Amino acid sequence: MRDPKANWEPAPAAAAGPRVSIAVVGHVDHGKSTVVGRLLADTHSLPDGKLAQVKALCERTSKPFEYAFIVDALTDERSQGITIDAARTFFSSAKRDYVLIDAPGHIEFLKNMVTGASRADAALLVIDAREGVQQNSKRHGYLLSMLGVQQIAVLISKMDLVDYAREAFEQIVREYRTFLGQIGVRVLHFIPVSGARGDNLASRSAQMDWYPGPTVLEMLDDVRVSQANVDQPMRFLVQDVYKFTRSGDERRIVAGEIVSGRLKVGDQVVFYPSGKSARVKAIEGFNMPSRMEVRAASSAVGFTLEDQIYITRGEVASLLGQPRPEVSTRLRAKLFWLAPAPLKPKHEYLLRIGSAKTRMQLEHVVRVLDAVTLAASDKQQVDRHEVADCVLELKKGIAFDVLSVTPETGRFVIVGDHRICGGGIVQERLDDRQSETREKVFLRNFKWERSDITPELRSEVYNQKPALLLITGTAQSQRKALAKGLEKRLFAEGKTVYYLGMGSFLYGVDADEKAHGPEARVGHIRRLAEVANILLDAGILLIVTARELRREDVETIKTVVYSDDVHVVWSGDSITTDVECDLQLPDDLDVESGIGELKTFLHKSGVIFKPNW
Amino acid sequence: MDQLTQLERKSVYILREAYSAFKSLCMLWSVGKDSTVLVWLARKAFFGHVPFPLVHIDTSFKIPEMIAYRDRLAAEWGLSIIYGQNEGAIASRQTFPDGAIDRIACCAALKTEALRQTLSGKGKRYRFNQATRAYEVESNPEPFTGVIVGARADEEGSRSKERYFSPRDYESAWRVEDQPPEFWNQFNTDFAPGTHVRIHPLLDWTELEVWQYIRREGIPTVSLYYDQGDGKRYRSLGCAPCTAPIASTARNVDEVIEELRSGRLKNVPERSGRAQDEADGGGLERLRRDGYM
Repeated sequence: MRDPKANWEPAPAAAAGPRVSIAVVGHVDHGKSTVVGRLLADTHSLPDGKLAQVKALCERTSKPFEYAFIVDALTDERSQGITIDAARTFFSSAKRDYVLIDAPGHIEFLKNMVTGASRADAALLVIDAREGVQQNSKRHGYLLSMLGVQQIAVLISKMDLVDYAREAFEQIVREYRTFLGQIGVRVLHFIPVSGARGDNLASRSAQMDWYPGPTVLEMLDDVRVSQANVDQPMRFLVQDVYKFTRSGDERRIVAGEIVSGRLKVGDQVVFYPSGKSARVKAIEGFNMPSRMEVRAASSAVGFTLEDQIYITRGEVASLLGQPRPEVSTRLRAKLFWLAPAPLKPKHEYLLRIGSAKTRMQLEHVVRVLDAVTLAASDKQQVDRHEVADCVLELKKGIAFDVLSVTPETGRFVIVGDHRICGGGIVQERLDDRQSETREKVFLRNFKWERSDITPELRSEVYNQKPALLLITGTAQSQRKALAKGLEKRLFAEGKTVYYLGMGSFLYGVDADEKAHGPEARVGHIRRLAEVANILLDAGILLIVTARELRREDVETIKTVVYSDDVHVVWSGDSITTDVECDLQLPDDLDVESGIGELKTFLHKSGVIFKPNW
Repeated sequence: MDQLTQLERKSVYILREAYSAFKSLCMLWSVGKDSTVLVWLARKAFFGHVPFPLVHIDTSFKIPEMIAYRDRLAAEWGLSIIYGQNEGAIASRQTFPDGAIDRIACCAALKTEALRQTLSGKGKRYRFNQATRAYEVESNPEPFTGVIVGARADEEGSRSKERYFSPRDYESAWRVEDQPPEFWNQFNTDFAPGTHVRIHPLLDWTELEVWQYIRREGIPTVSLYYDQGDGKRYRSLGCAPCTAPIASTARNVDEVIEELRSGRLKNVPERSGRAQDEADGGGLERLRRDGYM
């Protein structure tokens, strides 16, 4: 589809390159907003009447005019005199277009500084010539490096208030350079400026002929715009698989964003963490010329596959023959924490990398660092505004990269209480208990012979989703009665359901397995899960009973079977193992009511589409 | 990569994140140029489809041509459209054009309150029936938990502080002092029960870029944006009594772009024809904190 009216001529020169984003950071009251306001005024980037409007407002409220007020457009900030949130302002030099992100310098609003700075191509870090290096001068410098902002210029501001003294400038440069050296950060320039007087911003200062370097505007025009990682291994973040059948569209499109490398029609892609693979049939788009290849930073990407494999949001597509992403449930990471409540072990959080999301816990802290003094400690929690080296334990294996391939697959955020609380960078993949099993699953999924009947079609015809319901409990529990009763009830209602007891499995599929005891357990469980995987692929709702399953057993099963399809139920009042269950049924619940609860649970979990009661 | 492609890519990413995160999602469509570009971006993101309803707040004072254009595109693009309005205030003539209240109070009643009622499902919702081409009252309306809005950071001061995903409390209020952080390509898609999230895919776009994109893609726009021969055109569309056309002879998209880039509008604020901005002290902060779009 392409609109004949569309005009695909290249955009005219002024809008040719991408707009360059510049974050302005630094300690509170060091003059960031003044620098930005002045830069806008001196480059004639303000709308007509804006300056007059702000001046009139100052007059009405009996405040002396400041350039900072142009940026601090919110009434709150005008009364407090500090920037609360990152404000975007647009301006142009003779060379190109910019957006300035004026980030707050107050410690309370560090989260807003991070928000503002995280997407910048470069940063201006402002230090007051009179006050010198302060806490947030250091903290912001540290965070810029963690956020991945590599081009930094340090502006020594308010030079007019120290009589443009070279001495004052050089002393701050020495002190700050030492700090940056300790954290391994390099800056492009140190520039002496005055926001109030406009020195060395848009034009060269007549007061500081001892300074030979560029003005701020010249420095900005030299900033390199980050290049897409076209030559790195291909990584495609799967946001969703779309099929808009109701609108008469039969295409099954894998939608997402290509963050590095190139992808073309005919390529064999491998998705992780599942390890499933298929060939690219077509590149899809709306109102654009048809394409055979897309590359990192292409617009609005989607593709269809030759084989109908079942993949979901959160997978990372890579190319066969190129380095694959890592998959594990344990990783070592460097992170910063922004929420008032500390990051602690034994608390549950959500971790998100790319489009993947999983529950997680802090396994342990390797060390916590004060981002200002750089003092290290080994306390087992990370407090607000601290930086730490940690080991994180994820509830399911997800795909990621360690630093080298592309930042998008190596950066994560941690969500707690419905809010992003912190973020970080993966340093290392750590082995977990499932490493060995996972490799077997990758190979199995790669070699799997695909049927022409898609999982969606089976699901539609059977009016259910495939699922594995594990009912476990002590020897005395009613797990078998519940399982058989549920099977009978669902079968009567037309569901495709099957009950498999652990015993039927051990003395059949596992009959020639000689080993017994704890070492053999992983093998038994893995084979049970492989059988379950086949039945689920057939579209069946499988109910399995087993005595006292442990956490590790469920981990293995969830590695072999698509983890979201696995549901764990504990039958009985006390849970005697370390297993985590999705539903617990008490001892005194009669079987009939238990079956009702299980049905409600399956409905809520989206396994059964239409409740029949 | 050019600027428009980069903007499009990011907007599309945000739209898809919103679609996967919110079961009950809608998009506000004022039928102005920005939200129409937003509808177009949804068609990009979802390969020709718009898989959620578009909500239009009808103040009853909109310029008639806007409503006709809305219904034409609804039919042509197969859009699912819902409109809602503050029927009480309109019926009892408690409005600015009726002389009962000032502009700000009128915006609060006919837009903010109507929006709140429509989003929560407490107010009547009218849904466009593709077969009959008529609007019908929707039964059992569910509250929307994700609301996509076409606000841009360059419009006015308070919008420049918005997040891409902006949590609102149960009263729709925006607590600007207490916004969660949002960085890299991660957004606050998680939300507490009873609250909703405003999603702003156009935050990084400028007015000029919106027009350049309209030209590149060939997106149909309402003719009020162009001079029809009387030397006037609308630069920003709102209610008839509070929106004045500007003096301009730009007759088509090319001429509008030329006028914005190098012509006489280069340094004139876009919303200079919108009277409520001036009444709110030059910004819209007061209205926006209470849930104004």
